[in-house]
Amino acid sequence: MTAKQSLNFTLNIWRQKNNKVNGYFKTYKIYNISPDSSFLEMLDILNNQILLEKKEFPIAFDHDCREGICGMCSLYINGRAHGPNDLVTTCQLHMRNFCNEETIYIEPWRAKTFPIIKDLIVDRSSLDRIIMSGGFISVGTFGHPLDGNLIPITHSEADKAFDAASCIGCGACIATCKNKSAMLFVAAKISHLSLLPQGKIERKKRVINMVNQMDKEGFGACTNTRACEIDCPKGISTEHISFLNKEYITSCL
Amino acid sequence: MKQNYKLNAQIPSGSLDEQWTNYKSSLEVISPSNRNHLDIIIVGSGLAGASASSSLAELGYRVKVFCYQDSPRRAHSVAAQGGINAAKNYKGDNDSIYRLFYDTIKGGDYRSREANVYRLAELSSNIIDQCVAQGVPFARDYAGYLENRSFGGTKVSRTFYAKGQTGQQLLLACYSAMSRQIGKGRIKMYNRHEMMDLVVIDGAARGIIARNLVSGELEKHTAHTVIIASGGYSNVFFLSTNAMGANASAIWRVHKKGGGFANPCYTQIHPTCIPIHGNFQSKLTLMSESLRNDGRIWVPKNIEDAINIRTGKQSPKNISEKNRDYFLERKYPSFGNLVPRDIASRAAKERCNAGFGIENNDTNEGIFLDFDHAINYYGLEKSNELGINNISTDTIRSYGKQVLESKYGNLFHMYETITGDNPYNIPMKIYPAAHYTMGGLWVDYNLMSTINGCYVIGEANFSDHGANRLGASALMQGLADGYFIIPYTISDYLSKFINNKNEISTDHEEFHKSEKNVRHKILKIVSKKGDISVDYIHKHLGHIMWKYVGMSRNKPGLYKAITKIQELNHFFWKNIFVPGNIKDGMNYELEKAIRIADFLELSELIAMDALNRNESCGSHFREEYQTKDGESMRNDENYKYVSIWKYQKEKSIKEEIMYKEHLIFNFVKLQTRSYV
Ligand SMILES: Cc1cc2nc3c(=O)[nH]c(=O)nc-3n(C[C@H](O)[C@H](O)[C@H](O)COP(=O)(O)OP(=O)(O)OC[C@H]3O[C@@H](n4cnc5c(N)ncnc54)[C@H](O)[C@@H]3O)c2cc1C
Ligand code: SF4
Ligand code: FES
Repeated sequence: MTAKQSLNFTLNIWRQKNNKVNGYFKTYKIYNISPDSSFLEMLDILNNQILLEKKEFPIAFDHDCREGICGMCSLYINGRAHGPNDLVTTCQLHMRNFCNEETIYIEPWRAKTFPIIKDLIVDRSSLDRIIMSGGFISVGTFGHPLDGNLIPITHSEADKAFDAASCIGCGACIATCKNKSAMLFVAAKISHLSLLPQGKIERKKRVINMVNQMDKEGFGACTNTRACEIDCPKGISTEHISFLNKEYITSCL
Repeated sequence: MKQNYKLNAQIPSGSLDEQWTNYKSSLEVISPSNRNHLDIIIVGSGLAGASASSSLAELGYRVKVFCYQDSPRRAHSVAAQGGINAAKNYKGDNDSIYRLFYDTIKGGDYRSREANVYRLAELSSNIIDQCVAQGVPFARDYAGYLENRSFGGTKVSRTFYAKGQTGQQLLLACYSAMSRQIGKGRIKMYNRHEMMDLVVIDGAARGIIARNLVSGELEKHTAHTVIIASGGYSNVFFLSTNAMGANASAIWRVHKKGGGFANPCYTQIHPTCIPIHGNFQSKLTLMSESLRNDGRIWVPKNIEDAINIRTGKQSPKNISEKNRDYFLERKYPSFGNLVPRDIASRAAKERCNAGFGIENNDTNEGIFLDFDHAINYYGLEKSNELGINNISTDTIRSYGKQVLESKYGNLFHMYETITGDNPYNIPMKIYPAAHYTMGGLWVDYNLMSTINGCYVIGEANFSDHGANRLGASALMQGLADGYFIIPYTISDYLSKFINNKNEISTDHEEFHKSEKNVRHKILKIVSKKGDISVDYIHKHLGHIMWKYVGMSRNKPGLYKAITKIQELNHFFWKNIFVPGNIKDGMNYELEKAIRIADFLELSELIAMDALNRNESCGSHFREEYQTKDGESMRNDENYKYVSIWKYQKEKSIKEEIMYKEHLIFNFVKLQTRSYV
């Protein structure tokens, strides 16, 4: 295998100490990055340099699993949530997708429902509150329900519910939407639960409660720009939004 | 080595299938009107913590839950890919509770407790039903019934799954049950909070000191009982399949307050991870073991081919069938690619050590996981099903690819984003990596540690898996512990507070003492202004652990490891640099430093435990104890015990004392574990 050429970048990164002070972009240069490094590994390397220079705090960014599944990483990279590639989270983005000497802009998710905590970290607890308002099936947790096989579910229905359920709650859909709408996130949950026989019983109450909570949190309205679908790392389709709208209208009748 | 350190395992009497039922009926229950005066703290919101918190809140207790992420939904259980076991026998392949029990005991190399494992097998079916009711979209067959697949170490198909995201779907179900209770005000959730210490008053756990990771402030929380559900400690190896924040701090603080630490050296090495690519790598990614159902593992038969593959002169696709060594099928014909993890991992290491590794990294470590056969096989099956003859191989292959796509689509996608290779066309490269820890805090049958009122559930405890965990059984254990065991056993303990509420104030001197110690430790860390980063120390520790305490161990290596760890610990406290001070609010470097300080101590104990165990069993392979074929050699006569380490107050780790819980096998006969 031929040795892969290492890469250099100019990084413009949003720095903000906390929610009480203003933030600003700061420029950093970074050299000799392997194309096989992930985006976050590149930031690790930069942070190590910043740390040992002892002049400022390393850049704070959220991450945990680094496998594309926990939904913790965020980052708005060159104007796109989770960066330039489709269907990946930031932790699954690799530097081979950038050109040598490229200038990269890195910003936090921007939405008033996601207040900045520090640098690139935002508070996404509004999404948890939407789930609390109804994103569940109200069954006891004591292990006495029916045998799992007593209510057959067709392969395609189970698959559809699964696809909706695969939302990782990252908030990219909101960050990227010009209205800062949380429709895709909410719609995914509504579809997941309403498509399954177990979730159908509470479907009316659920959709009304969740939509109300979404409004109460201050998320914007959906005007069908479909930016959310493009930046969603899990490929959640805007068809679910149509489904949500239908559910909502019939529930309000 | 002493024998009597409050180690009554409380194993109920009676036959295996009656133990849990009879035992449950002997436990005290608390009437609903009394429950809302009782406080429970739960540390962790993974499968274990989330299922426990939703069940306990639903019963009516007042519950506080802590996790270090920004939402409980992000606990690392979310990353589990493969599936969850249950003895449902839906496939008619003669599965049963007893068979699941037996496979687990044997898979764990006879180093787990019969009663616990039987209870787990017994509860397994309920878990699936519970999860279906909560809306987990498990895979279904075309008739609408639940689908299964098989996993390493078993001959039956008992693993339920939701594509390659089973853990995520199971966790989202507990998280939503939990959210329902948070919404009702029965659970108070503390996101971005880390437990810093356990507060023990009069010998019983009565609260914790937590650090608010956003403000940096220390907080005191009281309760009648504390449940630890903080997950595993594989991150002690630095490169592992665990999340970056996964840590041992919670269990280590409990250990230092008197909680016995059991079998610390049992670390599972998972055979199918993506190999290491470079020095700056931060994390290893697992490729689910379920891939071994359809993928065949091989390396070249000829060393020249291996060299040519590594240097890029040869493509694996051009290695003919007769020049491939399907070493698992060759050595273990009856289980083939589905041998348990410890066996598969060691076999891979053996081939790479012999020079047949195919990855172009520093150590040449890597083997192939090849789907070519499966693509052809499924393609042909599909064409037969459709009744088409005479179709081109390309069409057959495209049918085959569709079948694989529906089974493992997201895993293949993930592999491709990480490596840039398309596994439908070129075999995956894999290698073993540190993955799961069977060791943890010792608990009795009630899941209570050696500290009164301190319970430990999920991966954080030591129970159920022995020296090796079979695939798809950690999810099962986490949920069984949380949904179905702890609600019963904890009420027995809490019942004694009914007549005497015995509320404790955060002004109690033990709280002040604990808080002072924590503050002192943090100050000590931020006051060092050395030149070494926390990550540097962590990486270094990982190297030592992987080299000497990894997939195989030997006596001189373990001695070396202990010395090197002690030196590193010393070096850490002298040269570390952590920016900021205690009041600075959010500070990732400080969080990491606190966790590494604990890992440094724990790793010494891991090496000590490995040194003590003069036998090879499960994932613990001591090179001195092997058969002439290189298989592990157990020593039941002398080592059929759980080792439990007790911290000696204010003394160094090397002064810890080991106690034993002798394992008694009344229902299974111990045999040499053979998968040939
Ligand atoms: C990549 C991967 C794939 C896996 N695949 C499978 C599989 O297919 N089948 C299977 O059965 N098992 C699998 N496992 C194993 C299984 O997922 C875990 O053992 C299990 O999910 C652990 O659950 P838990 O609830 O004990 O801990 P976790 O889910 O790890 O949760 C730990 C919780 O504790 C919190 N926490 C930790 N420390 C602190 C602290 N100091 N203070 C406050 N909170 C803290 C965390 O925030 C988190 O909420 C896999 C594991 C990994 C890593
Ligand atoms: S819908 Fe997609 S973008 Fe939005 S939170 Fe879910 S996974 Fe993230
Ligand atoms: S860090 Fe978990 S999804 Fe990126």
